[in-house]
Amino acid sequence: MLAIIRKELADYFNSIRFLVLFLMVLVAGGCGLYAAQQGIRAALEQSQAVTEGGFIFLALFTSSWGGLPILTLAIAIIVPITGIVLGFDTINSERSGGTMSRLLAQPVYRDSVINGKFLAGIMAMALIVGTTILLVAGYGLRMIGVPPTAEEIIRLFLFLVIIIIYGAFWMGLAMLFSVVFRRAAGSLLIPIVIFLIFYFFWVFLGFGQAIAEAVAPIIAGTDVATQIQQAGLQQTIMRLSPSFIFQEAYIVLLVPMWKGLGAITYSDLAYILPNPLSLGQCLLVIWPHMVGLISLSAICFGISYIVFMKQEIRAT
Amino acid sequence: MADTLAIETKDLTKNYGKVTVVDHLNFHVKESEVFGLLGPNGAGKTTTILMMLGLTEPVSGSVRVFGFDSTREPIKVKRIVGYLPEAVGFYDNLTARENLEFVADLNNISRVESKQRVDKALEMVGLTAERDMPTGKFSRGMKQRLGIADVLIKEPKLIILDEPTSGLDPQGINQLLELIAGLPKMGTTVLLSSHQLYQVQRVCHSIGILSKGKMVIEGSIDKLGREALAGGRYIIEVEIAEPKTGLADIIRKVQGVEKVEADGNMLKISAASDLRSQIAKVVVGNDALLVQMKVHEFSLDDIYMKYFKESQD
Repeated sequence: MLAIIRKELADYFNSIRFLVLFLMVLVAGGCGLYAAQQGIRAALEQSQAVTEGGFIFLALFTSSWGGLPILTLAIAIIVPITGIVLGFDTINSERSGGTMSRLLAQPVYRDSVINGKFLAGIMAMALIVGTTILLVAGYGLRMIGVPPTAEEIIRLFLFLVIIIIYGAFWMGLAMLFSVVFRRAAGSLLIPIVIFLIFYFFWVFLGFGQAIAEAVAPIIAGTDVATQIQQAGLQQTIMRLSPSFIFQEAYIVLLVPMWKGLGAITYSDLAYILPNPLSLGQCLLVIWPHMVGLISLSAICFGISYIVFMKQEIRAT
Repeated sequence: MADTLAIETKDLTKNYGKVTVVDHLNFHVKESEVFGLLGPNGAGKTTTILMMLGLTEPVSGSVRVFGFDSTREPIKVKRIVGYLPEAVGFYDNLTARENLEFVADLNNISRVESKQRVDKALEMVGLTAERDMPTGKFSRGMKQRLGIADVLIKEPKLIILDEPTSGLDPQGINQLLELIAGLPKMGTTVLLSSHQLYQVQRVCHSIGILSKGKMVIEGSIDKLGREALAGGRYIIEVEIAEPKTGLADIIRKVQGVEKVEADGNMLKISAASDLRSQIAKVVVGNDALLVQMKVHEFSLDDIYMKYFKESQD
């Protein structure tokens, strides 16, 4: 399996595809950084993080300015695309190139082939995202001159882990289609369409919200318990999209002042302390999200694994 | 039995849905021989090969390669078998050398060793000059030759070649056939699947003809020819300068001769053994002018066509 990982990684690093993806992520990071540079002061004043002695460094990743996107948002859009582009032709390119039967005639287990490719893809993606985040953090540090606290570093690291899991999900999905479809065009297009539906339509353009509100309307004047129940239902509907789960998870991690994910009544609002949620509590809140994302990736990979193991290997 | 069998199948069966591709196939290949697996398209040659490598599971029956069950111990089989698929492909972005080094890496061959083996294999197939060229730029024939090198890297005990000569020019075919013919001396067994009867005849010691998933006939080429077409007899052809009456009757009296057909200057004699010297003596002794005589050699075409006709009926 090591031989396969080595070869796949070498392929990635020599490919134009990898370079383009890297540049894309870097540009997104740069854009976000620029937005943060312009907007960080306003954002900090607004959130009172300065006075609370809170998370100044993290604000780099979550501040926006004008029409420019927040850094995390840019990464959230680009990472799935990276995953899909890295994974969409892993198996069917071997097939169409006629290398599959030659590869499987070597003394390797069939699962090492798919495992090796998946792991190599994750490594390549981790490298792209990790490097970008480090670069952004480094330039950000120079820019604002406020060093990150230990907790902020842990939060950023966890953010990186979640991004990689999220990217692995999209790569697993693309790999699944690369096992099922013989043509690379199909296995590229379908995951991208799924991404567009789950992200742009569901989360970004608000279709998911609209559907949730139609299914579980919150009617003013009804009793509070029903309203909270309906709000919970709306949230569950929104969470059908993995992109929404990811979004919730990183907001909790990077914006500690964010108050919970559920509905809060006005009467409760008065009792909320204006202090950040501690790291342990944040982890507790996003634990189900992480488990959800990991299991989604595992399901995608598992299905492609089973299909691949049972597939006929014909020479032609 | 002293010599081990390189390949042995027992009632090997495979079907796709209702279509039986390989039907209770029984045959064996001895060590250090070149075995030709013949048959028309769709006879089940490739499926049989894939089952030998454990890439396809048989419905029933078993294949053993040097004693290892291909279905249960595919890794052990793949370690000693080199396989060249029919439509061989390489990673187009890698050079010939890198492609081979990857295969060596998959076979756990050390870096130093792999370098030597790659150089040697590329030299054997005549691709030394193109070794640092990306295989995407290779012609079909060059890819085929690289495929052979790819198989040789492993130094396998058994080499399975599926239509190895397709796409090669005549010179390339000659080189390849010479290479294949030399392999048994190195202790390598070869299984050659092909439609190219002439090429198979040149290098194979034994053949097996496959039709509709069944082995129609199996054995060494000259034995098969005699058995198949002349009922195990030798056919001796005698050409004389001018027809001579009565000669046929005299030859018929020679011990061992079973049948004589005279057709102008030609006499076709059917005998139980090679009686050329006795017949020559009789012909010359009867004042007939002997021009030439020879034992009819059966070409694979004869055998192939006969068995095909039979299995088609």
